[in-house]
Amino acid sequence: MIRLALKGVRRSFGPVEVLHGVDLELHEGEVHALIGENGAGKSTTMKILSGYLNPTVGEVLVDGKPVTFGASSEAEDAGIIMIHQEFNLASQLTVEQNIFLGREKRKGMFLDHKTMREETLALLKRLHCKARPDAKVRDISVPDRQMVEIAKALSRNARVLIMDEPTAVLTDRETEVLFEQVERLKAEGVAILYTSHKLGEVRRLADRITVLRDGTQVHSATRGMTEDQMATAMVGRDVSDLYPPKLPCGDQVVLEADVTVPGHVKAAKLTLRKGEVLGLAGLVGAGRTELMEGIAGLRDRTGTVRVNGTEIRANDPKAAMAAGLAYLTEDRKECGLLLNFPLRENLTLLALEKFSKGLIDRKAEDAALTQAIKEFDIRVPHRKVRAGNLSGGNQQKLLLAKTMLANPKIVVIDEPTRGIDIGTKQQIYQFIQKLAAEGLSVVVISSELPEVIGLCDRVIVMHAGHVAGEVSGTDVNEQTIVRLAMGLEEAA
Amino acid sequence: MKNINLHAIGPVAALVVLILVGVGLNENFLSYANITNVLARSAFIGIIAVGMTFVITAGGLDLSVGSMAAFVAGVMIIAMNYLVPTMGAGFSTVLVGMLVALATGLFGGAVNGLLITRARIEAFIVTLGTMGIYRSLITWLADGGTLSLDSGVREAYRPVYYDGILGITWPIIVFAVVAILGEIAMRHTAFGRHCAAIGSNEQVARYSAVDVIRVKTLTYVLLGILVGVATIMYVPRLGSASASTGVLWELEAIASVIIGGTMLKGGFGRVWGTVVGVLILGLIGNLLNLTDLVSPYLNGAIQGIIIILAVVLQREGKAER
Repeated sequence: MIRLALKGVRRSFGPVEVLHGVDLELHEGEVHALIGENGAGKSTTMKILSGYLNPTVGEVLVDGKPVTFGASSEAEDAGIIMIHQEFNLASQLTVEQNIFLGREKRKGMFLDHKTMREETLALLKRLHCKARPDAKVRDISVPDRQMVEIAKALSRNARVLIMDEPTAVLTDRETEVLFEQVERLKAEGVAILYTSHKLGEVRRLADRITVLRDGTQVHSATRGMTEDQMATAMVGRDVSDLYPPKLPCGDQVVLEADVTVPGHVKAAKLTLRKGEVLGLAGLVGAGRTELMEGIAGLRDRTGTVRVNGTEIRANDPKAAMAAGLAYLTEDRKECGLLLNFPLRENLTLLALEKFSKGLIDRKAEDAALTQAIKEFDIRVPHRKVRAGNLSGGNQQKLLLAKTMLANPKIVVIDEPTRGIDIGTKQQIYQFIQKLAAEGLSVVVISSELPEVIGLCDRVIVMHAGHVAGEVSGTDVNEQTIVRLAMGLEEAA
Repeated sequence: MKNINLHAIGPVAALVVLILVGVGLNENFLSYANITNVLARSAFIGIIAVGMTFVITAGGLDLSVGSMAAFVAGVMIIAMNYLVPTMGAGFSTVLVGMLVALATGLFGGAVNGLLITRARIEAFIVTLGTMGIYRSLITWLADGGTLSLDSGVREAYRPVYYDGILGITWPIIVFAVVAILGEIAMRHTAFGRHCAAIGSNEQVARYSAVDVIRVKTLTYVLLGILVGVATIMYVPRLGSASASTGVLWELEAIASVIIGGTMLKGGFGRVWGTVVGVLILGLIGNLLNLTDLVSPYLNGAIQGIIIILAVVLQREGKAER
């Protein structure tokens, strides 16, 4: 029996359509896996299923009847509950308080502690979870938190459970425990939507598989897809001429790193040559950002980093900067720009020493802004505008301008085109190529494979905190990279 | 745009209104004697408030400054009294006392700053703790009573509060110099820019190679030194220190900063605004003393209303932008 379904669902944000017609059915007692690359539309689909978003076109059907959810709470009332990747739990409250949060049982004016405790114990027992009802959520393990989320969902009589990469934060053993629970829920007739980048899990667990690519449903099948078939379905698109031609690079090594970032990256080796554009690929959470932040001194690390043969101290972003190594963050809003500051202050913050001989030379700052606006084609209504009011593309250009003002020799760009329209993307690609042509070295961290393939001659692929392999020349293709990123094979 | 202007000129407009009301109520309000009196009394809080502007702009807070001032005054007095037998009761003793005051202030600020940045304890907690510690230490040093400066030294020290140049007393001059230097540091140096950047978003500052720990610590050290400076100007006034010295100075300083338009959560600060805030609070107290319209006992209530009003006005300006 079909519990929840999407029929011809399209969704636009502003003028941009991100889902181009998705049909999906969640059957009672079945696990339906939704897979696709980052940005393929998985999150949007899940949000529509769980009532956080409404489709622009198309229908959501609950038990065969079309519905429109005003809010996720209405979906919850219909028994459709989403478990977010970052849990929605209040860490200072106890397991029991979390399970009944917002729906506390009452006896007259007062809370009915006895009933809530009994129900909590029953739920935890049903899930074989050993967490104590009076333990604070912050004190219990990550898989236990997942169980608490599930218990919370069950206490709301979940009939449909939407799980967003539930195993991303779990170890193998914890994953096994989770799978047992998923099987149990299935047996109880709950319909489950499951997303994961781990294709092995999907093959094992899923009764149905839907593959999304660029917002389009490219494949739907019942059981029986191999992991390779899944990977092929997820990628397999041709790269257009969005990218400038690749240039040959020299032999001179400018960066050598052999770095461990505690908790994220284990003994990752990396070299970079003058004039090279090196790709750093892998899944979200594989440790790419952490590795480069470690190298740039922004994150605790052990091991060695050499720029032009000179060793760079750990935990000292200034020293890395002084050696000519600049890191452009993927998180423009939280780490890159001061959103409530105007352009000028943002532009010069990194290279402020250049403008300050005791007092800051405001004329020089203004001149730099004029030049940056021209050189990087930053489109602004007026010069006093705050960085937070710029579009994503213009923010990225401002961030690029800010970084280049410090005259780096090595530029690490993390997700250079995240959330940016195609026109600006192309400008940024051309800019990256220009940097390489001028003899700078660039590392591009990207979750978008076409970008890595289009820009880079050599790609290092990370998987689960280590370097899974390095590919160059004709091996720089989606198949090879995806296989490495998924951990399907080691070093090509 | 209209609201941004309101935000900028709000405190000045309030000051102007206050002065007009003052003149209307009492013709002596704008007299030379009254104005210098208000300024001299405001100078101590003012000097501290300039330092507080940097701390708050960088996203911090310091509740300990009032107690710290009392403690610095106590240490300074003890040091000078101790030196009288060997160095005599001349101005050289006073100079040493001043250095002791600056060093004690610097030390106190460094303790606050390092506990906040290195030990990563919240500024509110750290300075609430040191506030209690300094207040208790001065009470203990004075043995529950009053620490009095040797009368000879007091005589040598007296001119620092009561004399000046061209009829303007030293506290006012020092306040003005501190304010001008502070304004320049805030608006025209990398240090000031870094303070605002850290208060606005510490992560962004860190990713922009700003030495966040150093800059934040420096704001507290600077404030500590300015507490020392304020104490140096304050001690000759009464020549003593006790458990009631500097009580509530921290709140007046913080209030002045906020009235002046600096954001309590950091990210934006202006020293000239703080100066206006200090003057507003000083003039209100003075006005209530000069007129019998409202009881001077209601001074605190009126100051409270002004603080809340100032913040409400700022918020409206922001919401409509």
